[in-house]
Amino acid sequence: MIRKLSAIVLALVLLAHLAPLAQPAMAQDDLPPAPYAYRQLDDPAQEAKAQALMETLRCLKCQSQSIADSDASMAGDMRSEVRQRIAAGESPEAIRRWLMDRYGDYVSYKPEVSETTWPLFAGPLILLLIAAAVLWRRLGGKRG
Amino acid sequence: MIAELGLAALWLAAALAVLQLVFGTIFTFKSAEKAEFSQIVRPAAAMQGVLCALSFLILTWLFARTDLSVKLVAMNSHSMKPMIFKIAGTWGNHEGSMLLWVTVMAMAGALIALIERRLPERTMMATLAAQAFVGLGFYAFLLFSSNPFERLDPPALEGMGLNPLLQDIGLAFHPPTLYFGYVGLSVAFSFAVGALLTRQVTPDFARAMRPWVLGAWIFLTVGITAGSYWAYYELGWGGWWFWDPVENASLMPWLAATALLHSVSVLAARDALRAWTIMLGVVAFSMSMVGTFLVRSGILTSVHAFAVDPERGSFLLALLAIYIGGALLVFAVRAGSVTEGERFSLVSREGALVVNNVMLSAILGVVLLGTLYPLLTEAFDVRVSVGPPYFNPVSAIFALPMLLVMAVGPLLRWRHDNAKRIRPELILIAVLGLVTLAGVVAFAGIAVLPTLGIALAVVVIVASVMPLRGRKLRLLPLATWGMVIAHLGIGVSLLGMASETAFTQEKLAAVKVGDTTQVGPWTIKLDRIDPVAGPNWTALEGVLEASYRGGKPVIIDPQSRNFWSPPQETNESALITRWNGQLYAVLGREAGEGRWQLRLWWKPLVTLIWIGGMMVALGGALALIGRVYTDLRRRRVMRKAVERRSEASA
Repeated sequence: MIRKLSAIVLALVLLAHLAPLAQPAMAQDDLPPAPYAYRQLDDPAQEAKAQALMETLRCLKCQSQSIADSDASMAGDMRSEVRQRIAAGESPEAIRRWLMDRYGDYVSYKPEVSETTWPLFAGPLILLLIAAAVLWRRLGGKRG
Repeated sequence: MIAELGLAALWLAAALAVLQLVFGTIFTFKSAEKAEFSQIVRPAAAMQGVLCALSFLILTWLFARTDLSVKLVAMNSHSMKPMIFKIAGTWGNHEGSMLLWVTVMAMAGALIALIERRLPERTMMATLAAQAFVGLGFYAFLLFSSNPFERLDPPALEGMGLNPLLQDIGLAFHPPTLYFGYVGLSVAFSFAVGALLTRQVTPDFARAMRPWVLGAWIFLTVGITAGSYWAYYELGWGGWWFWDPVENASLMPWLAATALLHSVSVLAARDALRAWTIMLGVVAFSMSMVGTFLVRSGILTSVHAFAVDPERGSFLLALLAIYIGGALLVFAVRAGSVTEGERFSLVSREGALVVNNVMLSAILGVVLLGTLYPLLTEAFDVRVSVGPPYFNPVSAIFALPMLLVMAVGPLLRWRHDNAKRIRPELILIAVLGLVTLAGVVAFAGIAVLPTLGIALAVVVIVASVMPLRGRKLRLLPLATWGMVIAHLGIGVSLLGMASETAFTQEKLAAVKVGDTTQVGPWTIKLDRIDPVAGPNWTALEGVLEASYRGGKPVIIDPQSRNFWSPPQETNESALITRWNGQLYAVLGREAGEGRWQLRLWWKPLVTLIWIGGMMVALGGALALIGRVYTDLRRRRVMRKAVERRSEASA
């Protein structure tokens, strides 16, 4: 079973190298969906892992949807890719890396501090400080 | 000819707004010399409402008749559409929706001009001048860059708007609901500016402003709740909130309005939080302008597309800058002279409300940052994704303590209280919360946020009905009922969200006709696949027999539809609602060897999300009715007293 799966994965990886997923956007709708686009993994623990990962990956053809809830064929392909890699024993973070190398950081919803995203983390911290300061001034200062 | 009449009415209304602005402003600053100027402002506001209503009715008439010599109708309607969608089509497009906005705003202005008599005349004139100022921006926007009455010569032979996906009754009434909310906040903004200009930030001002804030807040609540349910059943994957910028565009004004609503109540009841209320009034309207800008400028589809055709977006952005900048400027100049009002201690109802206003503002800041930041970076060609994994935990940092304070706050007394007085209640709440927490951790083993969510929901639900203890329920003011029900609704909704997040079970299966599959407690048999046809679509319909824990089977029939003009494939989900959750079924494609793809979810307690949302809106409505009723009664008593006094002196 494992061997068969890894053969499939290997074939897919080779195929993916020959024809990057991003390119054949046309006529994709007529192809049958990728094997695990609409099929869960048999092992519930693995499926849960895949599901958690899919919910944090962006569907690149949609507006603000993860690949876990999109009908776009590209999202289906990515779901299949994620499930097969999980089944092959890859760690979710390795799969995320692989997808980010391919499609850029944009594909991941998971917040990570980097030189382009630091304001997203500094912002709430500043808000926290402001909130604390405002409350201190309004409520803390004059308890007498 | 009719279209030109509509346009003329709009121009006239704009001219009256200029009059209202000029005379209102002069009166505000030179009321001693120009007392007669106030005679002109109120009629000008009232007439504007009439003219805008006329203009909007004319556009509706043009749509109902499908007058194809009007460009807007030709672009967006079709002679074969059902009448209800022809009419709803009036505001289903950019120009029409902006005309609706202006109309609602002008009618709101007319209403305050005609009935609001409690405030000092100067404050009233300043308010109406501010209202005219805001209105003028939108008149200019309509007349110069989005004229809905533009003609088409020669007329089109047929309209272009038969898109079946847009013929949805929910979609037809969702945007106006949000617009009513936005406009209500614009009135609150005008009141705030008016009071700031004349330094009359009084409880009377708060009472005049409150119905508008409440009304706006009710519409926003209903709009958000309905929009969430629409996304849930329409998108076919069972998601109910995506932190999409369009959703955030309605959430941000709601957060600000919620804070404003509580602040204005403190001002009305206790004459405290004056500057705070004014500030929140400015913020709330700013957020509705940001929302309008996000939705209407086209910036969301792509920052670059926006940069290529920036006319509308720039116009809205300029309006945004003028209003917010102007208001903040007035605030900066005047805020120093507006005192904070009555003092109160930390442990008091006001204290709890201040904590929560700060928390709501912080959540608003997080949502604003997460929504605008990706747009900002995209302008520099860096694409950043901000989604649920960011918004959920970061907003929870502020939302969780806020909900705790919300549970306790209504039990406290105004001004000054002692925590010892409500010790039994606090102990009960704490024990309940901790027991639930322990129970969920021990038996369910779910993620951190839903675990905390369930415990907090139980706390909020129990605590929110505690203000009723020991009170005569029949004598309880309607507004108090409103508060209890709205807070209860928050708890109920939270329970639904946490439960859906934690306990949803998913099953994707390829099923042969006649075979069964399982999802959660449900057994589902694919009975047959039927071809069906509608007026502009064909579909495959899966007939499913669903039985809950081996009970009597219920038939549901999800469809996979193909529209032909324009060609598009959609999934019509099918739902079974039980008291304890919903079964959600979607029919996918054929999977070969006579098998069909089924997507099935069992979502425990999911319906509580929207039931809670509607309870929140209902609470708001009760409070609004209660407040207006009390106001009217007070006014009648005052009038009687004045009459008696004049009789006595005569």
